[in-house]
Amino acid sequence: MKIKNIIITFVSAIAILFSTSVVSFAKVVGDKIILGAAISLTGKYSSNGVHTQNGYNMAVDRINEMGGVKVGGKTYMFDIIYYDDESNPKRAAQLAERLISQDGVEFMLGPYSSGLTKAIAPVTEKYGVPMVEANGASRSLFTKGYKYLFAVLAPANLYLDVAIETAVALNGGKGVRIAQAFEQDAFSQDVRLGILDAAERTGSKIIIDDKLPKELNDMAATLAKVKAVKPDVLVVSGHTKGALTAIRQIAEMKVDVPMLAMTHCDAAKLSKQHGKNSQYALCASQWHKTLTYKDDFFKDGMTYAADFEKLFGYDPPYQSAESSAALLVFKDAFERANTFDQKKVRDALAATNMQTFYGNIKFAEGGQNVDKPMVLFQVMCDDAGKCENKVVAPLKWASAELIHPIPKWSER
Amino acid sequence: MDFLIFQVPMLTLQAVLDGLLLGILFALIAYGMALQWGVMNIINIAQGDLVILGGYIAYFMYLYGIHPAWGVIVSPIIMYFVGVIIYKLVINKVVDRDLFISILATFGISILFMQLMNFAFGADVVLANSGYGTTMLFDNSVTLPNSKIFSAFISIVFAIGLVIYMKKSKLGRAIRATAQNARAAKILGVDTEKVYAATFGINAALCGVAGALISITFTIHPYMGLPYTIRSFMIVIVAGLGNLPGVAMSGMGLGVFEEFADYILGTEFRIGSVFLLLVLILVYRRFKLSRKREYLK
Repeated sequence: MKIKNIIITFVSAIAILFSTSVVSFAKVVGDKIILGAAISLTGKYSSNGVHTQNGYNMAVDRINEMGGVKVGGKTYMFDIIYYDDESNPKRAAQLAERLISQDGVEFMLGPYSSGLTKAIAPVTEKYGVPMVEANGASRSLFTKGYKYLFAVLAPANLYLDVAIETAVALNGGKGVRIAQAFEQDAFSQDVRLGILDAAERTGSKIIIDDKLPKELNDMAATLAKVKAVKPDVLVVSGHTKGALTAIRQIAEMKVDVPMLAMTHCDAAKLSKQHGKNSQYALCASQWHKTLTYKDDFFKDGMTYAADFEKLFGYDPPYQSAESSAALLVFKDAFERANTFDQKKVRDALAATNMQTFYGNIKFAEGGQNVDKPMVLFQVMCDDAGKCENKVVAPLKWASAELIHPIPKWSER
Repeated sequence: MDFLIFQVPMLTLQAVLDGLLLGILFALIAYGMALQWGVMNIINIAQGDLVILGGYIAYFMYLYGIHPAWGVIVSPIIMYFVGVIIYKLVINKVVDRDLFISILATFGISILFMQLMNFAFGADVVLANSGYGTTMLFDNSVTLPNSKIFSAFISIVFAIGLVIYMKKSKLGRAIRATAQNARAAKILGVDTEKVYAATFGINAALCGVAGALISITFTIHPYMGLPYTIRSFMIVIVAGLGNLPGVAMSGMGLGVFEEFADYILGTEFRIGSVFLLLVLILVYRRFKLSRKREYLK
């Protein structure tokens, strides 16, 4: 009996040793570059997690079809190991650890959301694993001095900056009166900081500054205050819940504001869920398919959107587009580094300066993309009630003219 | 800024009405919780998840072109059976046990429900549009969404209906008898097992009504249940067990208190101030009880 136990222990020890030694070659196996990603496939972020995964997968297929990645005269194909982080930061950090130390992954793609990226970044940093992320916009990610974190998206504090700039420009360059309501989470509070900066810069005044609870489902009190003080701009950010609640209650309470700017409109499917009530809302977006950026893989936004829809059956939200862009950045960096040495790939990533269908990409010291402005689109509906998102700012990319001020409810 | 409510008198009225309408809806959920807590001595952590599930029933009716208001009839019927099934599968095994065991069991049900709803309905935040419009008072300075008025009205109808049912019907009497003394009720021929199942079913049905109303007034999401559990728990605690009119009063009172806290202290202290009030009430109760004990001595 004892001998049997010893044999079983011995065999399992060998098996464990063998399995770890095999997978430690996993970063590049044969002609494959294996990237690791912890993605929210279940839990509260699962919708956006799936958008992220679809974006990654589409880019992997496209790059592989078009000849893969050329390093040291050899052609490699991308492959991704996915784990489900269950929308849980602790789980995400564990999985990053597992991807790196057990699966031997040497290059990572980001998860969905700022919170989960914040959980993973210390792990990738500890192991010196370059991570290109596409869905963590919180400013605090870029002020910690991380050397191996690169984000293809604009930081959260820039989300609604354009809206304030636009409102001030429309006010003849004079400051405006701003009412704002932000959820108490890392992302929304960063958006708030951006508005505070913009207000100071433009001489605008914040007259309502509400912090909404995370379990937000009612902002009637905030909106009643807005009705009483009549600001020039109302800014709301509270993920999809915030966007849906705001539009529902603004319409129900007949709140008239000249400009309404928010985040997460397309993730919330505002125009689908609220129809004409969502009309005239200005929404911050990292990307829109009508933008005219170009690259060799996806051609442009419109082609990307059409191809994406063919594959997955829905119009790509910006979360998918930015995720696809992350793969383009990795390919470019590998080819410029011409090696799989992590440090050299990291340096190549830091020196990235390219245009993709998603936008220009150039990283600042902190890892955030500084070469891609946010765009604002406005929900515009026709008489039949069919609504569309049209880019209205910055003017360079505008496909429609901004409707300002928003017509009063009594005139609609 | 924080005292805007005193500068604009109409805001006070708006706050009171918003608070009352919100409070009545919460009171309905708390009503179910108080009922089954009183009868079965179970604190149901999955209360909020039952609400959300009820909301999804109304939402799916809306998706298929049926007006979501019909949800207040369909949802409680379906949810009653969901409640009875949960009772038969889990609750009947913990009903006579320690309170801690039942909290654990219902916590487990809550997690299971969240994940199942996420799996079945997706993680998107959704809502159903009733198209009920708005009631405007005092030259548009006080606005009340008709969906909220409808919700409050339906909540009151169901609450009154339940009180009458509990008083007049055979099952209602059996439930009350079981709540007073389960053993005595059993000896006198009440099938307490059946009573428990019905009580849990009625609670789930009330959650179904509330869920349908929430889908047309607010938003629903698989992970949004817990705040409703906590809120109804607080309402029951403030009202005291077995005090059904107290539940209605405490629901409305907390609703109005919360609105005023929002205007005076700021939105970020809205929930916190309700918890603070809860602590104060508990401390006061304890103080009162200890004085009573001294008299007894």
